[in-house]
Amino acid sequence: MKLIKVEHAYKIYKNGTTAIADLSVTIDKGEFVFVIGPTGSGKSTFIKMLYREEKPTKGSVIVGGIDVAKLRNSKVYKLRRKLGVVFQDYKLLPKLTVYENVAFALENLGLPNSEIRPKVLKAIESVGLKEKTRNLPNELSGGEQQRVAIARAIVNDPKLLICDEPTGNLDADTSAEIMNILERINQESETTIIMATHDRDIVNRMKKRVLVIENGVLVSDIKKGSYVVNESDKDSKKKHS
Amino acid sequence: MRAIRILRRSIRDSFKSIFRNFSLSMASIICTTITLILVAISLFLSYNVRQITTTLEHELTVVVYLDFDVTEEQKIRIENDLKTMSTVEDYTMKSKEEWKSEIGRESEVFGSALKIFEENPLYDSIIVKVKNVDDLKETAEKLRTYDFVDSAEYGEGMVESIINIFDIISLGTISIVIALVVVTAFLISNTIKLTIFSRKTQIEIKRLVGASNVAIKLPFIFEGFTLGVFGSILPILLSIYGYTLLYNVTGGYISTKVITLVEPFPFVFIVSLFLLVIGSIVGMIGSWLSVRKHLKI
Ligand SMILES: Nc1ncnc2c1ncn2[C@@H]1O[C@H](COP(=O)(O)OP(=O)(O)OP(=O)(O)O)[C@@H](O)[C@H]1O
Ligand SMILES: [Mg+2]
Repeated sequence: MKLIKVEHAYKIYKNGTTAIADLSVTIDKGEFVFVIGPTGSGKSTFIKMLYREEKPTKGSVIVGGIDVAKLRNSKVYKLRRKLGVVFQDYKLLPKLTVYENVAFALENLGLPNSEIRPKVLKAIESVGLKEKTRNLPNELSGGEQQRVAIARAIVNDPKLLICDEPTGNLDADTSAEIMNILERINQESETTIIMATHDRDIVNRMKKRVLVIENGVLVSDIKKGSYVVNESDKDSKKKHS
Repeated sequence: MRAIRILRRSIRDSFKSIFRNFSLSMASIICTTITLILVAISLFLSYNVRQITTTLEHELTVVVYLDFDVTEEQKIRIENDLKTMSTVEDYTMKSKEEWKSEIGRESEVFGSALKIFEENPLYDSIIVKVKNVDDLKETAEKLRTYDFVDSAEYGEGMVESIINIFDIISLGTISIVIALVVVTAFLISNTIKLTIFSRKTQIEIKRLVGASNVAIKLPFIFEGFTLGVFGSILPILLSIYGYTLLYNVTGGYISTKVITLVEPFPFVFIVSLFLLVIGSIVGMIGSWLSVRKHLKI
């Protein structure tokens, strides 16, 4: 089943920059997809179109049956409730505890406290932060903060989890922990995960489907199980052969 | 239920925010308070003026004395004219003969004194009742233009000056109130603007997790509403206790019995309700202006 269907999408920013050009791709329910490419290639722009932070200038972007291009501003929340988003900079509220940060997502949807509590505790437990429920974000390490952000993104059981460089600020070991959590979420609840990253090591280790974007163009769509060839590898191969 | 929970959480958030931006909130509240005190004063004034005018309406008469040697034709002419005057409600002619017999009936001394005169020394008169207080002056002036009218009098001067003074005062207060309402709305909108800026991240996250636009905007509208309600507390207390005190101290009259004050109950409660409504509406309009301008979502 197709969860995401992008057809001939373009994103031209107001200042004239073409960030995405004629991009077409489909992603199935339950897939784990990496989006890679050099800096400024359009990864974030592509991802932003999926959760309607940006509207495609041309073409269509359909996520979970919702046509993002036609979605009115006042209806964006309908799309957002079907997905979770995680960023490089966590975006936690500094004055709220771990529990409150995660509960924040559900409180704003108007759920009763009796329903909020078990969901929040379950989400916190699934990212392994049970011991830190009452801590404030500044009492946590970067990796722990990112795990709170993940808990908040999955607390409402979204079909889709979108991550824009979630490991961008983390060292290799912490990144690996985060990747384990994401892998588990993807497998246990069949949540589709789309993750933009710079980290080719992670991509190569996970062996998932990879979309490579360069200058706003989807240059290759590498299927699950393959390695991504590093720029340096390409050069060395050329030298060797 | 969902709506009620969102409402309850919005109220909680708005209270938190008011106390977090305390000095700014205080400025808005004080401005609202000053505005509403003036609103209360102008309400009390205009209601009492209306009361005075109704009191005065019992005295809507112009007394016309005709010249001593007025002819029958002239009397008929003025009568016919009175019938066509739009400002005249009613009139009663009283000839000098009628006066004479009336006086004779009421007082024997005066009656017999009048008999001394060969010719009746009294004047023919007309009591003209006009429709409105405003008609008094016009009618009297018109009647004075007849050369056989000796005089046309009414409670000249006093009635008009009272009404004029109150008119000027209430016009003045109304303009000040309007200006202050505008200032208050802008001050509140500025307070809300700073709240919006200080909560940029929170708003961003709310959008991200799928809060509806209403759920995002509501706390700010509530904050404006609450500022307005807080601002109306003091004016309401002043209205209830201040006006009741004034009424009791003066016994309900100012200077003469002409100016009677409106009974304090339920008047002060109606005024209080009005103040509360104005305060909260100004607060909500202020925050709505800000939300519309700075919270484009
Ligand atoms: N809001 C914007 N207005 C104008 N141009 C923008 C805007 N956002 C991004 N761009 C431009 O669009 C292009 C793609 O940017 P984008 O952020 O999608 O790249 P990226 O692949 O995510 O880069 P990075 O790896 O550094 O995060 C860049 O040239 C960038 O300068
Ligand atoms: Mg980016």
